[in-house]
Amino acid sequence: MESASAAQSASEQPALEMQGISKRFAGVQALKEVSLAAYPGEVLALIGENGAGKSTLMKILGGVHQPDEGAITVGGVPAVISSVKDSAAAGISFIHQELNVLDNIDVAGNVFLGREPTVGGPLRLLDRAKMQQETQPYLDQLGLHISSRTPLNRLSLAQQQMVEIAKALSLQAKILIMDEPTSSLTLTETQSLIRVVKELRSRGVSILYISHRLGEVTEIADRVVGLRDGRNAGGLAKSEITHDRMVSLMVGRDLNKYQAPAETAPKPMRFSVSGLKTRRYPEHEVSFEIGRGEILGMAGLVGAGRSEAAQAIFGVDPSSAGTLTLDGETLKIRSPQDAIRRGIYLAPEDRRRSGVIVDMSIQDNITMPSLRRYAPGGLISAGRETVAAQAASTALRVKTPSVRFPVRNLSGGNQQKVVLAKWLSLEPKVMIFDEPTRGIDVGAKAEIYDLMRGLAKEGVAILMISSDMEEVLGLSDRIAVMHEGRVSGILSRAEASEESVMQLAVGQAAHPHSL
Amino acid sequence: MIEQPAAPQMGHNAPPQRSAFPLKIGSSKELGIFVLLVVLCIFVSVMSHGTFLHTENLQNTSRSIGLYGIFSIGAGIVIITGGIDLSVGSLFALLGVLLSLMLTVWHWPGPLAILATIAGGSLIGVFHGFLITRVQLQPFIVTLCGLLFYRGIARFITGDATAGFGDASGFQTLQTLATGSVLGIPVPFVLLILVALIMGVVLHKSIYGRYLYAVGRNEEAARYSGVNTRRIIAGAYIISGLLASLSAILFAFFTNSISPSTQGQSYELYGIAAAVLGGCSLRGGEGSIVGILIGAALLQVLQNLVNLLNIPSSLNFAVVGAVILLGVITDQLLQKRGKA
Repeated sequence: MESASAAQSASEQPALEMQGISKRFAGVQALKEVSLAAYPGEVLALIGENGAGKSTLMKILGGVHQPDEGAITVGGVPAVISSVKDSAAAGISFIHQELNVLDNIDVAGNVFLGREPTVGGPLRLLDRAKMQQETQPYLDQLGLHISSRTPLNRLSLAQQQMVEIAKALSLQAKILIMDEPTSSLTLTETQSLIRVVKELRSRGVSILYISHRLGEVTEIADRVVGLRDGRNAGGLAKSEITHDRMVSLMVGRDLNKYQAPAETAPKPMRFSVSGLKTRRYPEHEVSFEIGRGEILGMAGLVGAGRSEAAQAIFGVDPSSAGTLTLDGETLKIRSPQDAIRRGIYLAPEDRRRSGVIVDMSIQDNITMPSLRRYAPGGLISAGRETVAAQAASTALRVKTPSVRFPVRNLSGGNQQKVVLAKWLSLEPKVMIFDEPTRGIDVGAKAEIYDLMRGLAKEGVAILMISSDMEEVLGLSDRIAVMHEGRVSGILSRAEASEESVMQLAVGQAAHPHSL
Repeated sequence: MIEQPAAPQMGHNAPPQRSAFPLKIGSSKELGIFVLLVVLCIFVSVMSHGTFLHTENLQNTSRSIGLYGIFSIGAGIVIITGGIDLSVGSLFALLGVLLSLMLTVWHWPGPLAILATIAGGSLIGVFHGFLITRVQLQPFIVTLCGLLFYRGIARFITGDATAGFGDASGFQTLQTLATGSVLGIPVPFVLLILVALIMGVVLHKSIYGRYLYAVGRNEEAARYSGVNTRRIIAGAYIISGLLASLSAILFAFFTNSISPSTQGQSYELYGIAAAVLGGCSLRGGEGSIVGILIGAALLQVLQNLVNLLNIPSSLNFAVVGAVILLGVITDQLLQKRGKA
C-alpha cells in the first residue's frame, strides 16, 4: 500500500478531519474530544465495542447530531454540517447497515432520488432516459451486470448495496462512510464488496470503514482508529494491524477494576437449550445450559443473535427449532403463553416496545400475565388487583405516588422495575434479562443487580444478555459469548476477561480448550 | 417472594425526573360528548317547538337508537383493538334475506330461525377473525371484501327481488322485538340497554376486556406479557358479527321487507361514527361502552333534527358528516390543550 502511506505524508491535506469532537446526551457523555483524519485514497477503519461512540460520531458527520464542541474540516475547509443535505453537499456519502433504498422503484430512480432530472415544462415530468443513461456507467464501473431499469426488489441485498455505492459515486462523493457494510452479506458478496472498496480507494476516495469483523478490517484497512467509552483509544498503522492489537485497542488495558467474585462451585443443571435455531441465523444452532441459581451472562456484538435466541426461547418467534429442558423435563414452547406456564419469563430488550404498555397504568402492566389470580370467575376484582400490584410495586421500589399512574411518565429504571414486578409475583424458574440496565441510571442499576442476585439465591436460572462488559464480568457465574448466530465459547469466571470475551465475540477462539 | 435485600439508598433521594400525571379517567371524553348530546336535545326541542319531546317522537328516536346502538357497540369493540369492521351493513342484507327464507319459505320455528341467524353472524365473525389473525390480512381489506361479498350473495339469493315477512303470520311475537314496546319503551332500546350492560361488564370488568385494551395499545407488549393476542382480536370480530346479527334481525322485522340491494347500506359507517364520536380512537386502545352509547344516540338525534326542522333530507349525510367532523376537531383541540 505504497500509495496509502504516501497519502498520509504531512504534505497532503486530509479529505476529512474531525477535531476535539464532544457530544452529550441528557447527561451521558457520548463523545469526549474525539479526533480523526482520513486522507484521500485511504481506507480508515473505525473500531470499538458496542456503545463506544462510533454511531454518534457518524451521525455527527451525517448531520443528524450536532457536536457540542469540536470542528470538522472537509478538504481543508471548515464545514458546518447541520443537516443531511449539508453532509451530502460536503461530499460525504453513507452506506448504512440498514439499506436506504426504495425497493419499489428502479435502479436509476434510486440513484437519482431527490434530484431527478426533468424534461422541463410545467408538469416536471421525469427524464427517465437521462437518468438511465447516466446511471449505467456507474453500474458498469462497479462490475454490477444489471440494467439501470431493474426494480430494486429484484436485486439481492448485496446488489442493492452496490446501487447505494453507485449513488455515492454519482454524487461525486469524496468521503464514503460504510457502517457494518458486510453484516448481511454472504462470504462471496463480502469478497466482491472488498474488491469494490479497494477500487474506490485507488480512485482517491477516502473511505471510513466501520466493522466488527476484524478479519475484513485486517484485509482492507490502511489505518485503524479505535474508540473506547466515547474517547480516542489510539490508532494502528498498516503494519501494526493485527487481530490481537485491535482487540486490546477496543478493550483497553486498565482491566483490573472488576473484582470478580470467587469462583463458584458448579451448580446443578436446571435449564438447557440445545440446537436452537433463530430466524436471523437459520443455519446456525445455539446451545447452552444454566444451573440452578446460576447467572449465565451472554455477551456478543450487536447482531450476534442473542436477542433472537431469547425470543425463540420465550416463544415469541415460533419458527425456531431446538430442544429446551427445564428441571429434567423437555418443553414444547410455541408461544409466550407456553413459556409463562412453565415459569420462563423475559424482560425484553426494547422496553417501551415490548416490555411495557406505556399508556396503561402501572397496575395494569404488573397484573397483565397474572390477571386470572385476581379475577374469580373471569371478572376482575379491582380491590385484589390493586393490593397485589401495590405489593409488587412496593417490593421493587417503583417510584410513583400511585400504581394507577401511567407507565409513560416513569423513568427508564422504574419502567424496567415494572417489567420485573410483572414476573416476580409469578415465581420464575428461568428469568431471561435482555439488556436489563440499558438506559438506566446508576442507582436503579444497583437495585436491579441486587434483585438478580436475590433471584439466583432462590434457585432461579438466569440468562443475562448484555452488551455492558462491566455488567457481564461483574455479575455472571459463567459467560456464553455469541458470534454470528452461534455460541462461540463459554467462559468460566477464571477464564473471563474483557479480552477473552472480545476475542470470542469477534469470532476467534481465545481459549480453544474451553470450547 | 420478593424480599428485597437492603439496596443502596443512593438515588432514592433524588427527586423524580418528571412529575407523573394521573391516568386520564376516560370520562372527560364521554363527558364532552354527553354535554354535546344534551345541548343538541335542547336545541332540537326549542327549534321544533317541543315536537322533539312528544312521546311518539321520543319513542321513535329511542327505537332507532336501539336499532343502531347494538351493532355500534360491536364496531367500537373492533375499533378498540385497532381494527375496523366494514361488513355489517351488508350482513344486514344477507342475514335479513336468510331470516325471511327461514321463516316464510322453510317455515322454521321462530326461535330456531333467530338462533340460526345469530350463529350465522357469529360464524362470519369467526371467519373474519381467522383471516385477520391467522392469515394476517388487514382488517380493512377483509371486511371490505365482506361488504361486497355478503351484499352480492344476498342479492343473488333473492334474484334481486325484495324478501319480506308479509303479515308475519305465525311469528308476530318475533316481530314485536323490533316494533313492540315494554312499558312504553321500544323493545330495541331495551335490548340495547341489556347488550350494553353485558358488554360493559365484559369490556370494563373482565380479563378479556382488559386484554382488548392492551392489544389495542401495544399488541407486541401484550404478546410479551403472555396475552393470546390472536384470540383476543378474533374475539372482537366475533362479537361484532354477533351483535350485527342481532341488529340484522331487528332491522329485518322493523322494515318488514328487505330489499337486498339497499337494506343496511352504509350502516357500518354509523357504527364506526358512533364509536369514534364516543371516544374510540381508530389507533386502538381507547373507548368505552358509555361513550359508544352516547355516540349512537347523538347520531339518531341528529337524524331526528333533520326531520323535525324540515331540513331537506338530501342534506342528511352532510349534517351528520359536519357534526362528526366538528366533534373530532374539538376533541383534538382539547387534547392538545390538555397536553400543553
